[in-house]
Amino acid sequence: MTTVALKPATMAQALTRAMRDAMAADPAVHVMGEDVGTLGGVFRVTDGLAKEFGEDRCTDTPLAEAGILGAAVGMAMYGLRPVVEMQFDAFAYPAFEQLVSHVAKTRNRTRGKMSLPITIRVPYGGGIGGVEHHSDSSEAYYMATPGLHVVTPATVADAYGLLRAAIASDDPVVFLEPKRLYWSKDSWNPEEPQTVEPIGRAVVRRTGRSATLITYGPSVPVCLEAAEAARAEGWDLEVVDLRSLVPFDDETVCASVRRTGRAVVVHESGGYGGPGGEIAARVTERCFHHLEAPVLRVAGFDIPYPPPMLERHHLPGVDRILDAVARLQWEAES
Amino acid sequence: MTVMEQRGAYRPSPPPAWQPRTDPAPLLPDAEPYRVLGTEAAAKADPELLRRLYAHVVRGRRYNAQATALTKQGRLAVYPSSTGQEACEVAAALVLQERDWLFPSYRDTLAAVARGVDPVEALTLLRGDWHTGYDPYEHRVAPLSTPLATQLPHAVGLAHAARLKGDDVVALAMVGDGGTSEGDFHEALNFAAVWQAPVVFLVQNNGFAISVPLAKQTAAPSLAHKAVGYGMPGRLVDGNDAAAVHEVLADAVRHARAGGGPTLVEAVTYRIDAHTNADDATRYRGDAEVEAWRDHDPVQLLERELTGRGLLDEAGVAAAREDAEAMAARLRERMNQDPQLDPADLFAHVYAEPTPQLREQRALLEAELAAENESREGTAR
Ligand SMILES: Cc1ncc(C[n+]2csc(CCOP(=O)(O)OP(=O)(O)O)c2C)c(N)n1
Ligand SMILES: [Mg+2]
Repeated sequence: MTTVALKPATMAQALTRAMRDAMAADPAVHVMGEDVGTLGGVFRVTDGLAKEFGEDRCTDTPLAEAGILGAAVGMAMYGLRPVVEMQFDAFAYPAFEQLVSHVAKTRNRTRGKMSLPITIRVPYGGGIGGVEHHSDSSEAYYMATPGLHVVTPATVADAYGLLRAAIASDDPVVFLEPKRLYWSKDSWNPEEPQTVEPIGRAVVRRTGRSATLITYGPSVPVCLEAAEAARAEGWDLEVVDLRSLVPFDDETVCASVRRTGRAVVVHESGGYGGPGGEIAARVTERCFHHLEAPVLRVAGFDIPYPPPMLERHHLPGVDRILDAVARLQWEAES
Repeated sequence: MTVMEQRGAYRPSPPPAWQPRTDPAPLLPDAEPYRVLGTEAAAKADPELLRRLYAHVVRGRRYNAQATALTKQGRLAVYPSSTGQEACEVAAALVLQERDWLFPSYRDTLAAVARGVDPVEALTLLRGDWHTGYDPYEHRVAPLSTPLATQLPHAVGLAHAARLKGDDVVALAMVGDGGTSEGDFHEALNFAAVWQAPVVFLVQNNGFAISVPLAKQTAAPSLAHKAVGYGMPGRLVDGNDAAAVHEVLADAVRHARAGGGPTLVEAVTYRIDAHTNADDATRYRGDAEVEAWRDHDPVQLLERELTGRGLLDEAGVAAAREDAEAMAARLRERMNQDPQLDPADLFAHVYAEPTPQLREQRALLEAELAAENESREGTAR
């Protein structure tokens, strides 16, 4: 074992540590992708893995996303547990056919005889000043594909726990890594015993009584900030971090909304056809009689991801979230 | 001294990073498709192998006819026939060891059956009671792949994984001429060559991708030539000559197993039937072309060789046909039974554990079915 990550660790380091621990625990775990070996990935998330486990376990592949994922399918058929890195959200699209037609469907097609335990790590989302094709939020495509689990961490501890769970899962997991949180730090201590988080459970990040902000990934810190700012307006906001988009934790989300009676869904992905529509519908179907106002959405605009100098107008920020909270029909209550 | 003299004599040289790479000459395919039957090479062929191939192509021909007949009786939703291509289908199956893997396309149910897959299970996809009807691990046959060429990178990954584990397993992947235009074909061959994965790619060039002839598919000298660009050998073979296909594939399998890396084999053959029973081939090809290929028939080529050399007599021919008839009769009988359907299966294998949402949907369907049953019983009373 090489040195443990520095304290306090970043989300990127927690992800590295998760892969390293998984590789040490199970020789079937193989990391593969573009630049993941010698370089350690363009975000350095696979840093040190090739050195520690050899290039057969952490492999620089040819530059071809369909080929990478397709080869991972064959490796999984033979009993390996590939962890595939897609270099950026928008560069995962060439692998879409393999993902939809094989990765997602093979268990079903073979009546459970053949499962594909593949983890597909995708750095996603904006806010890093990336030029075009480097900031997409592609989760709606993945959510719309039965057979995939779709998971996204918002904290350093979850980055570790959820990635371990993804690699251990016998089903394919699209693991969306909010790239603007890669360098975030929190109280996670890599030297303490680590927990593997179950996939499919949301968590309440902040309790509150006035309304629920339902969010995930890169928008979780934004919502927490909004909740702090909302105190000045007299609102006590609850923040639910979904962590898993598939499966969806109706129970935790609805329990929160039933308590608060109001909800806003917040994400970077475009609103039309985006995850927020599904979430708002689910909440309305289940909590209608507890709702004081329609479920609102604060999402990215329905535009191709903007150039870096304009992206701040696109991303859901504290003000836009508070404006939405203000529209939750408070007058009607009094 | 002039400036030129100070710099010294100008010596042209290649770019610094340039390295002489693989010599392409040994990778190039022959000018003509390799043949065995009816040539001098036939004398060296193992008679036992020829008889085995013969028995299988005769069965294969009958299997294709039976499956096509089942579409007319409504017992199969669709059937992409491999009539005329039996030599490739059979050789691909027989050339592999038990531990090896076959990666078939939708047209290759015959190869799966020749490898040992139960024909009813091989036809499940085309009957429509499920997708993959067989356990891929039972005979090491991957699910029939319909999205063109997508199975090729799977074969590469599996072969690569086997090699990493120290198993001397070879993967043989099948694809059509049209499939060679897909990106996955390119990516698979490139990965296989870079990784030196023990894979054999068998392209059945049957002249058409549905209606589109090869000339509209590629400007390459031949499909086998494509191998050279990846740094692997390309082999061109008469795809209707079962002995030649078997020999070329056997060489490629041996080469792969010995650590020599992948091979691309182009087998030149012809799809005698329409693309599927739902296709009208008269819209894009003439009878004369089909007739020319009927004279170069894989069953006939083997039969002539074997009878001509006294390796097969009339009784042997009759026995092969009887065996094929018996197979067809069994298949017909089994396919004429209605498949058992269980709607609960729809939710059982989407994930290892159904999600809460799928549990809800399953309950909804169960309630619908219960109501259906109730109303049916109501009308019966
Ligand atoms: C990705 C994809 N595109 C289109 C199709 C529809 N399709 C099915 S078979 C076929 C022709 C394939 O021709 P070829 O690869 O030569 O194989 P053959 O049918 O001749 O065996 C097409 C276009 C498909 N199955 N997959
Ligand atoms: Mg064809």
